[in-house]
This record gives sequence, C-alpha cells and structure tokens, in this order.
Amino acid sequence: MYKIVRKKILSPVVTLMDIDAPFVAKKAQAGQFIILRVNEDGERIPLTISGYDREKGTVRIIFQIIGASTALLNAKEEGEYISDFVGPLGKATETDGIRKVAIVGGGVGSAIALPLAEKFHELGAEVHSIIGFRNSELVILEEEFVAASDKVVLMTDDGSRGRKGLVTEALKELIDSGEKYDEVIAIGPLVMMKFVVATTRPYGIKTTVSMNPVMIDGTGMCGGCRITVGGKLKFACVDGPDFDGFEVDFDEAMERNNMYHEFEHHKYEETCNLLNKEVE
Amino acid sequence: MANMDLKKTKMPTMDPLVRSRNFEEVALGYTEEMALREAERCLNCKNMPCVNGCPVNIHIPEFISKVKEGDFEAAYQIISKSSSLPAVCGRVCPQESQCESKCVRGIKGESVGIGRLERFVADWHNEHFNGNIEKPVSNGHKVAVVGSGPAGLTCAGDLAKRGYDVTVFEAFHVAGGVLVYGIPEFRLPKNIVEKEVDTLKALGVKVETNFVIGKTLDIDELFDMGFEAIFIGSGAGLPRFMGIEGESLKGVYSANEFLTRNNLMKSYKKNSETPIMHAKKVAVVGGGNVAMDAARTALRLGAEKVYIVYRRSLEELPARREEVEHAMEEGIEFKLLCNPTKILGYRNPDDKKDRRNGFVSGLNCVKMELGEPDASGRRRPVELEGSDFVLPVDEVIMAIGTSPNPLITSATNGLETTRHGCIVADENGKTSIEGVYAGGDAVTGAATVILAMGAGKTAANAIDEYIKNK
Repeated sequence: MYKIVRKKILSPVVTLMDIDAPFVAKKAQAGQFIILRVNEDGERIPLTISGYDREKGTVRIIFQIIGASTALLNAKEEGEYISDFVGPLGKATETDGIRKVAIVGGGVGSAIALPLAEKFHELGAEVHSIIGFRNSELVILEEEFVAASDKVVLMTDDGSRGRKGLVTEALKELIDSGEKYDEVIAIGPLVMMKFVVATTRPYGIKTTVSMNPVMIDGTGMCGGCRITVGGKLKFACVDGPDFDGFEVDFDEAMERNNMYHEFEHHKYEETCNLLNKEVE
Repeated sequence: MANMDLKKTKMPTMDPLVRSRNFEEVALGYTEEMALREAERCLNCKNMPCVNGCPVNIHIPEFISKVKEGDFEAAYQIISKSSSLPAVCGRVCPQESQCESKCVRGIKGESVGIGRLERFVADWHNEHFNGNIEKPVSNGHKVAVVGSGPAGLTCAGDLAKRGYDVTVFEAFHVAGGVLVYGIPEFRLPKNIVEKEVDTLKALGVKVETNFVIGKTLDIDELFDMGFEAIFIGSGAGLPRFMGIEGESLKGVYSANEFLTRNNLMKSYKKNSETPIMHAKKVAVVGGGNVAMDAARTALRLGAEKVYIVYRRSLEELPARREEVEHAMEEGIEFKLLCNPTKILGYRNPDDKKDRRNGFVSGLNCVKMELGEPDASGRRRPVELEGSDFVLPVDEVIMAIGTSPNPLITSATNGLETTRHGCIVADENGKTSIEGVYAGGDAVTGAATVILAMGAGKTAANAIDEYIKNK
C-alpha cells in the first residue's frame, strides 16, 4: 500500500498527488513513468512522473480524470492509500548537450513537461516553454513554468487566458523570429505532438515526443504499447517513452489508442454513477 | 494387490461443451478411491527410473507407497522435500515426457499416472492442512531472488528450508510470474498458486511486489543492502511478432498481452476494470502450449470460431498432447501447414470516423508443405506457391515465442549474455558475476515450468555451497 501524502486539485479535470514511494523517488528521472493500481482488482494505469522529492521519498503524479480508473483515483483523499505503485519505468529524457530548448506542453501533458523544463533550467540551458490549454479554467502550473523558464508563452484555444490559438502557432513564430533551438520537446495529446512535428520538420530542428500508449506491465512483456518508429516496431515502455518525433507513425498510434474506446466510455459512466451515489 | 490394469485410472474432466464457456478448471482431479487404485499400479521398482526423469528428483515410488497406505500427508511431506510447488507441478508438468516416460508400466500399456497422483496428494494437503508450518532456524544469511515465477519460488523455498533469510522481488503486483499471468485459470486455478506462495511465506520467505530489478533497484544495490547472493529468475517475457504487415492493427495481440489481461488482470470477469476484446472469430498463430492456452481462452471469452494456425503438421505441434486434445474436444479448429503472410484491416473509405476502421478483418495465409529436415531435426515447412487464402477473423493472437527480458542484463555491468539475450550460467546456475546465479527461461529461453524449477533448485544448492564456503 502506498500513501497519498498530498492531494491538490489543479483544475476541474486535473489533480496532483504526491505518493509515498521512497524506492521510486530515489531513482526517478524526468521523462520516466510509473504504473499504479488504485484498488485490488484495479486496472494498471501508466502515468509519467511529474516530479519527485528524494529526501521525503515522494513521487508526484498529475493526472486528468478521463476514465473509470482515474475517476477512482481522484476519489481517494490525502492520507488514504492506493494498492500499487511501481517504477521508475522507461528511459529518462536525454539532456546532454542541449543549451537551448523549447518545451511544448498541451493540456495535462504540461504536467509532464514541467519536470523537463525544471531539469534543463537547473542544467543551465535556456528554456522556452509554450503551454496550451482549451480555456482559462483548465490552465495548470503556470507559476511553476514561469519559475523554470526564460520565456513562457501561454495559449488557450478560446483566448480566455494568455494568447488565443494553438501551441504550434506560437512555436512557429518563435522559430521564425530567429530563436535557434537545439531541441524541441513536445508532450501532450497525440494530435498536438503530430502537428508540433509538422511545424518543426521544415526547419530540421530535432524534435522529441513522449508517447503514452495503452500498456499493462511497463516492462516490455505485453507488447501492447508497440508503436512504429522509423518503420520499426518499438515498445514505448522500454524503448521510450521518448522518441524522435520525425520518425513516429502518429496516425497508427492515434488509431491504436482508441481500441477500447467503447469499453472505457461505458466503464467511466458506470463508475461516475457509482461515485455520485456514494456522495449522496 | 498390485493393480495390473494396462490403462491409467481416468481423471474426470468437465464436459467440453460446458467448460468451453467458463473459466473453471477442466481436469477435476482424483477422488481418494481413484488415487488408491492408481497408486496400486506402481510396482515400486528398485532402480526408480521415474526419479531420474524428474527435473527436481521427487522420490516418486516412496510417495506413491504412502498413498497406497492412505497416509496422504506423509506422501505430501515426501514430495515437498524435493518440490516447492507440488499442486502446480501436478497440473502443468509434461509428465508424459519426463517421469512417466521412464515408468516400467509404460513399456506395455500406460505408465503410472504420477502427475495425477502428485496433484491429488498436493490438493489433499491443501484441503486438510491446518496452516502451522515450523519455521526453519535462521542461519543469518540473506539471499535475494529476482522474479517470483517457478524458478524463483523454487530457489526461495529451498533456501528458506535451510534457514536462509530470502526476499523475492517481483515486478508485478502479485507473486507467481508465468503461473499467474500466463497459465489460465482453467488449467491452473490462481488460488492454488496463491496457496503455494503462502506456504513459502510461512517458511519465512519475504515477497516484495512492485519491484522491477534493473529499474527500482539494481544488482549492485541488492549487494549493498546486505544480500550475499542473488538468484535471477526473471523469465523470458518479451513477446515476438512475425514482422508481417498489419501487426499494429487493433485486434492483434501478443499471447502475453492477451493472457495477461485475462489471467492477471481478470478481464474475463464482468466487473473487471481492464478491457479485453471479445472477438467472434479468432486466429491464434503458433503451436505451443501458450497457443493452446490463448485459443481456449478466446473461446471462453465467447468466440464462435477459434483457429490455431501452425506452419507444420500435427506431428510437429510442440504443445502437450493433453492440451491439444482438450483444445480439439472444445471445438478449436486446427489450420495446419498454414503460415500467415499478412493481417488485413477494415477501412471505410467514405467514413473516416467509422468505429471499425483499423480493426482486424482477416488473416491472409499461405499453405505449406514439409520439406527436408532443418537444424532442429524437424522437417522444414516450404510455401506452396499460389495457395493464398484468407481466414475471416476479427482477432489475431501471436503465440510464436518469447525472448528473455533485457531489463536486468542491460542495467547490470559485467553480466554476460548470449547473442539471444539469455544470461550465461554454468550447470550450477553460476553467472559471470560472483554471487549472482540465474536459472529458468532467463537462461534457457522459453521452456517449461518444471525445468525452471529444476534450475531454481540447482541454483539453491550452489548458493548454499557458495555462502557456506565464503
């Protein structure tokens, strides 16, 4: 059992939790992920690590409530326990030789992008963060990005906060204005990462994306997380989660990601009904 | 009086029509009368050929003698001296090619049903046992075991019995390895594995789940934590794919993923949080035990038609006879001398949002014929030109083998591996690093439960010697 030592609601659909997991905290690196189960018989949920405190022995996760299992996780309170928490899994993001980086975060992906911004900042690189959300209500971690970046551009789809528009527009403007990035790192919905890659490709700027496909074990055992990268079969859990964005087959990944769409939708409604009943 | 019947006492099984729609155990086990009758078939040979056929050298005639006397607990004690997992072995060991293949009764007629008797004795014990196990006196030495599959559990049990302080590290949230994620409930009920693990815990073995060695902790850190020796039994968990077109379509699974969803995550249960496809027509590619398990699982999940697609003939089928027979009884169709060349997917050109887009719609196969024997001695299948045909299926499960997982070897400096990624270990399980031993599929590549147990046992002896002489 793993204790939730802190819980904070970041937006109506996004929650932060610090989990007591000293062994994971000791090893965790930005870019790696964990797998958790809320209850006995629960689903194994992979979540990229949003931060860690080696001294306190805690690991930070920030998750969006998108399905039954995340709804159940969100129903847990500070001081309560979850069944399982294993990691750190996957490879850490490579930071060597990068002196100037653009970090692009979309939605809850920003929560995973933040530790990278912090890491590069700590290493003395120049960090430009471009973070995008649907509307002002969903904006998270703005202050933290400001603290870890030399420049922050906040975008919303409807213009209710920051600038109106997509993260790709802001990225293109920065590049066109003469900013020379050693690398662009994009973390967010698959469709966003696909378009970030489309934006940077003509400029030939190295672009890394973080893939988060369906998986079970996270150790290379099931092969469910397979994606096609440069025409080759890769397992996101052990070969990634970071990949060269120019090589990833995004269309295939997007299609694979909705394999259980109907099951998940049904399960989510069922769980929400259950949770609401408990509240009454 | 010896029972001179040429045939084994039959073990009752559930009706194929009933069982193919549920996940309950297929083989029902002997009653006391059946066990006594079968035990009487053992001639108690002086030279005990059967014992040499057993990878863990269970004292077979000795335990069967106790069954004859009706002293089932004494029989259990004899088995458990050599085997840490009797209820498991009695169910999944390929006895026909091991102990039973050496049985004198098998020369004229059928061999003694050693596996069935072992299973009976273990189940009898589990049913009647009061739970009190005397913990061995501690010798103060700590040993770490990586992986809680058959190799790891055996090694842990054998060392614990000698007083070692053993900790088993498991990556998943439950112990058991392939016994819980791979072998289905209908062949090996999970409460039986749980009981065997509980027995080891009662002996003092500690089980730490959610620890991925190579990630959460590495081998050097285990030594720093005071473990004097380490046994690696991390198995061969990496699934292989064929490399044909369409393997990324929705509805294509590795057998590992399909079975793990079903067995470990219990997705066959109605209220499970983990999804699995309930396909109508399923093709399982491969001919081993895992392929049989996957096919029979697909059937139980409600498939109307399940095919085994195998590129050689029935004779070469590597699965156990019993499993093949069970699969056939349940109505699984064998497409032999067939090889998949391409997986076809559904694509609606007029509607990009059609929910069926990207799902499997068929398996393109080509017929094969057997040519000259290859290096393995089996006749090599050769493609029959122009024999392409399409099997109309909506799910394809690849059960064509697994490779060792590189998580540990890539994170451990100086741990020698073969070209195929298997850990190099000598006949005692000793690796290229002092104090590190390995066994089971991590060393041999995918093999059987009992061979892994044998390796775990051998390594336990070697570790005992190593620590004593340090």
